[in-house]
Amino acid sequence: MDLGTDRPQVPAKARNASPIVPRGSIAGRALVAVVAIMTFLASITTGAVLLISASASEWQSEVASEITIQVKPLGGRDLARDTQAVTDAIRGQPGIVEVQPYSKEQSAQLLEPWLGTGLSLDDLPVPRIIVARVAPGSPLDIVGLRSRVTQVAPNASVDDHRAWVERMRSMTSATVLAGIGILALVIMATIISVSFATRGAMAANRPIVEVLHFVGAGDRYIANRFFRHFLRLGLQGGIIGGGAAMLMFGFSESIASWFSGTPVGDQFAALLGTFSLRASGYLALAGQAVVIAGITAWASRRTLFATLNDID
Amino acid sequence: MVRFENVGLRYGLGPEILRDLSFQIPAHSFQFLTGPSGAGKTSLLRLLFLSLRPTRGLVNLFGQDISLLGKDEIADLRKRIGIVLQDFRLLDHMTTYENVALPFRVMGRDESSYRREVIDLLKWVGLGERMDALPPILSGGEKQRAAIARAVIARPQLLLADEPTGNVDPTLGRRLLRLFIELNKSGTAVIIATHDITLMDQYDARRMVLHQGRLHIYE
Repeated sequence: MDLGTDRPQVPAKARNASPIVPRGSIAGRALVAVVAIMTFLASITTGAVLLISASASEWQSEVASEITIQVKPLGGRDLARDTQAVTDAIRGQPGIVEVQPYSKEQSAQLLEPWLGTGLSLDDLPVPRIIVARVAPGSPLDIVGLRSRVTQVAPNASVDDHRAWVERMRSMTSATVLAGIGILALVIMATIISVSFATRGAMAANRPIVEVLHFVGAGDRYIANRFFRHFLRLGLQGGIIGGGAAMLMFGFSESIASWFSGTPVGDQFAALLGTFSLRASGYLALAGQAVVIAGITAWASRRTLFATLNDID
Repeated sequence: MVRFENVGLRYGLGPEILRDLSFQIPAHSFQFLTGPSGAGKTSLLRLLFLSLRPTRGLVNLFGQDISLLGKDEIADLRKRIGIVLQDFRLLDHMTTYENVALPFRVMGRDESSYRREVIDLLKWVGLGERMDALPPILSGGEKQRAAIARAVIARPQLLLADEPTGNVDPTLGRRLLRLFIELNKSGTAVIIATHDITLMDQYDARRMVLHQGRLHIYE
């Protein structure tokens, strides 16, 4: 084709600067907001589950690593002698690393919040407590220990906190399961929202898809152009939602540390532990944000090909 | 290059709007497709562009039976066809330059390899000063010229044009016809669907006349 010989200078501005899929025309902000909210909810759920499960395992290991022996006052028996006999009997047991009998004064201190100061235990039938620390991982013969203790003092009973540990374990498992359930719901809601957003975007951009077909673009080429756009939106939403959740956990951790040492802080710490996510927790939240961005992109790609089949 | 045998087309359960079409479009040929409004010219162009499938008959394009082709193969065949539609179909978020360069961009070519060519063609069709303008601010005639430039830029083997001179003055109409003739001389088979008798009288070419769903060819 001869277009003549007059060839003026090439203008500086004539260049491919626009993306094939216009950024503004896709309901981008709405999709970023949806993904950000979903990621935030998922991160809060995961963070809470991680916190609860860490606190519970801390409690469990503390509780499981000690046993408590209670020596009750019984008519005709010397409580102090029985306490000493039980202490000696436990000390000889394999797996026990430390035995601490609570003295009369220490027992009085334990009861002080309820009964006040100046308490004389001689007037009350208060049992004596012996706390024994178990070596971590050692197979303690609790049945043998129980029979030895009752041999030396029939008024003594052994509590290895098994029922408490079992209850806590089942509570933790239920919390984790509930967390996984909420996560699954959040991910499903994300997939559905993203599919609708993709369908809407494709409907709004149908003329672009048709023109791309006219100039010979295949479905894969078109889908890739839209896919990149949705992946970018998903990553933006994931970073915003995941980042907000991380900030919230970091802020809560700071608040907890500000209140540490105060009665409220101590109560809170006793109930929920240190309320701090470890580095691995933050890493899990970051990974989750990336996974949600990936799910966004996957859901949009699936919808893209389904929609492209309808447009020709 | 193109062979239709007993091709029929109907939309849904409606009447057959194209009936028993049998013809060939040889390579390097030039033809006008004409007929009254509603005769099926645009439908025939869409069949040729593979955006419609016939309800019966055989369509063979570039030696391939289109009924056996998948979507990817059809997309590949479309790269060998240029099309100018009545409603132009320019992308509003892209400049005139970008719209015309789009076929090259879709082919994955480096911009430096085609930039000069796109600018030359835009100047030739009288859009040298409108390269950076967006389609919403172009006049109807300018949009039409941009659509024609986009259809011919990649030098397709087959060019389909639906009323390509409908929105331009006679002088520019002649200039655009010259562009199609030049393109045909360089090896492209051209089919121009038009009502414009004056345009057809300017160039001695084969005429395909659609009437009541049937095709009559005047060599």
